[in-house]
Amino acid sequence: MGWEKQRSMIPPGDYYFSGDEAIAEGAIAARCGYFAGYPITPATEILERISIRFREVGAVFMQMEDEIAAICSCLGASWAGAKAMTVTAGPGFSLMQEAIGYAVMTETPVVVVDAQRTGPSTGQATRVASGDIMQAKWGSHGGNEIIAISPWSVQELYDQTINAFNLAERYRVPVIILAEEATAHLRERMHVGEEVELFRREKKAGAAPFGTEESNGVPPMPAFGEGEKLLVTGSTHDERGVRKTVDSLVQERLVTRLRNKIINNKERIIQYESYYLEDAEVVVVCYGFTARSSLFAVEHLRQEGEKVGMLRLKTLWPFADEVIKDIGLKARKILVPEMNLGQIVGEVMKYASCEIIPYNQMNGEIIHPHTIIEKLRENL
Amino acid sequence: MARDLEQYLRPGIGVTTFCPGCGEAILMGLILRAIDELHLDMDEMLFVSGIGCAAWIPSPHFNADTLHTLHGRAIAFATGAKMANPKLKVMVISGDGDLADIGGNHLIHAARRNIDLTVVCANNMNYGMTGGQVCSTTPLGASTMTTHQGNPYRPFDLCKLVKAAGAVYTARYSVTQPFALMNSIKKALQTQGFSFVEALTPCPTQFGRRNQLDTPTQMLKFLMDKCIMKEDAEGLSPEELKDKIITGEFIDEGD
Repeated sequence: MGWEKQRSMIPPGDYYFSGDEAIAEGAIAARCGYFAGYPITPATEILERISIRFREVGAVFMQMEDEIAAICSCLGASWAGAKAMTVTAGPGFSLMQEAIGYAVMTETPVVVVDAQRTGPSTGQATRVASGDIMQAKWGSHGGNEIIAISPWSVQELYDQTINAFNLAERYRVPVIILAEEATAHLRERMHVGEEVELFRREKKAGAAPFGTEESNGVPPMPAFGEGEKLLVTGSTHDERGVRKTVDSLVQERLVTRLRNKIINNKERIIQYESYYLEDAEVVVVCYGFTARSSLFAVEHLRQEGEKVGMLRLKTLWPFADEVIKDIGLKARKILVPEMNLGQIVGEVMKYASCEIIPYNQMNGEIIHPHTIIEKLRENL
Repeated sequence: MARDLEQYLRPGIGVTTFCPGCGEAILMGLILRAIDELHLDMDEMLFVSGIGCAAWIPSPHFNADTLHTLHGRAIAFATGAKMANPKLKVMVISGDGDLADIGGNHLIHAARRNIDLTVVCANNMNYGMTGGQVCSTTPLGASTMTTHQGNPYRPFDLCKLVKAAGAVYTARYSVTQPFALMNSIKKALQTQGFSFVEALTPCPTQFGRRNQLDTPTQMLKFLMDKCIMKEDAEGLSPEELKDKIITGEFIDEGD
């Protein structure tokens, strides 16, 4: 129970993987026991690699009839005791939204990879975007607290897939990896260590599976077949899972805890990296692939003596509000470059008191470092 | 319900949510009786349901692991649970609207894959929980909250559909044929692979009252008149079978 060290599933060393391959290997390293998916560009290669590799490691692979079936079967598998994952892209991610809400309500651990491509709708299937950031948070009805991660490299797609499983199991929540076509299809060197640190689901025989004494607690999670006679429902339920369809107090207590178990633990969940923030007057707040271009731009201007800095958000949800607030008090301006028409910039505006400059590009191409250099120069 | 079946009911669940005259409590009793006669261990069983009146048969009533899921998706959830832990004996109990309308795709694909599930579909010929709208099993011409002029479309023959998709065992009986229905549930539970039982069940509250079948008695009599055993239907003309529902087991010789 809790944290444990396990051997890596592939020999330690350096690998030349694509992002999609790294995600598949990350899932195997995390001891994912059940995978279900449906082919969609640019996530298909994850599905293909897992279909081969899961046979080798003795885990279950299912190609389902659609993305709804894929995620729903993952939730069934999760309650049957397996760590579960599905992968998709925009159109499939839209189809999965109802089930993501079900996973939030029933506190079912599941990892969902969304390899983002341009939209809306079918858009350009092979081209990059970061258009699903708000959908990850607000796509399912009712308002959910979920965890969403934005990796920027093949290495991080491997590491953060393992982290995603740990967070999903630790907080009993769906964790969404907001990959991007540019990193999913990127091939670069990554390193696999000797061991991985994994979180094993907490169990406590006879304990209430949907309630805790503390208002921000995560209850232990039993599995089907353990004699617990579980009642799992997406309807409002008490701590034993009994449906309470008109009880205001039960509704309020449940939704408050579902929020608090994430928000009150955000210091433990949120990861970010800061670069040259000490004396920075203009700060780039960025995430995902765009952070690669941004770092190049910031380092280039630093060499010229310009006081620029950068904050890379590794976790997008819950949002890193406090560090943004701090930067807003020290910096003169914040530049937020995004491969969408303005999503995280709205969150930055909520918390930073300085001037905020959005830069949005959604033409299916990555934001070039020189574009960011130009935008920074305009604002120095 | 007979006292000896009380052991299968979750303690503390006092009353059912079924309307007076609903057939789903009869079906619930028959499912439990089938489990009892087969001496199945409830601790090794998982009951999965979707959304609708019939989805409340196992959840919360059955004293076992129950998974009350999203509308239409019970079979997808059940597939994942069964594949992740093949030791579980997984039974899906849900309604016609849930399994055949919104969930129809999952139904045919699980049958095609021959996943080892037993699916019991309570067919009350309409959406009962939302107030009696037309669904894919509503008879041609029947009046519902969304077909005031009569249903213009033909209903699915669910057993034909699921059998064509690859189910190993399919059967259809009405709750007015309780012993045959219970025996078919027993057979389905003993089947290796995908088994499907369609249980016709009266809904006087929503379906009956819009089709001159206001009382539970009228609704039951309607089903008794309409249902004809497969053996008795043999040799009858299409004209004679026009308003009949053929009940029985639908399996290929040699299966």
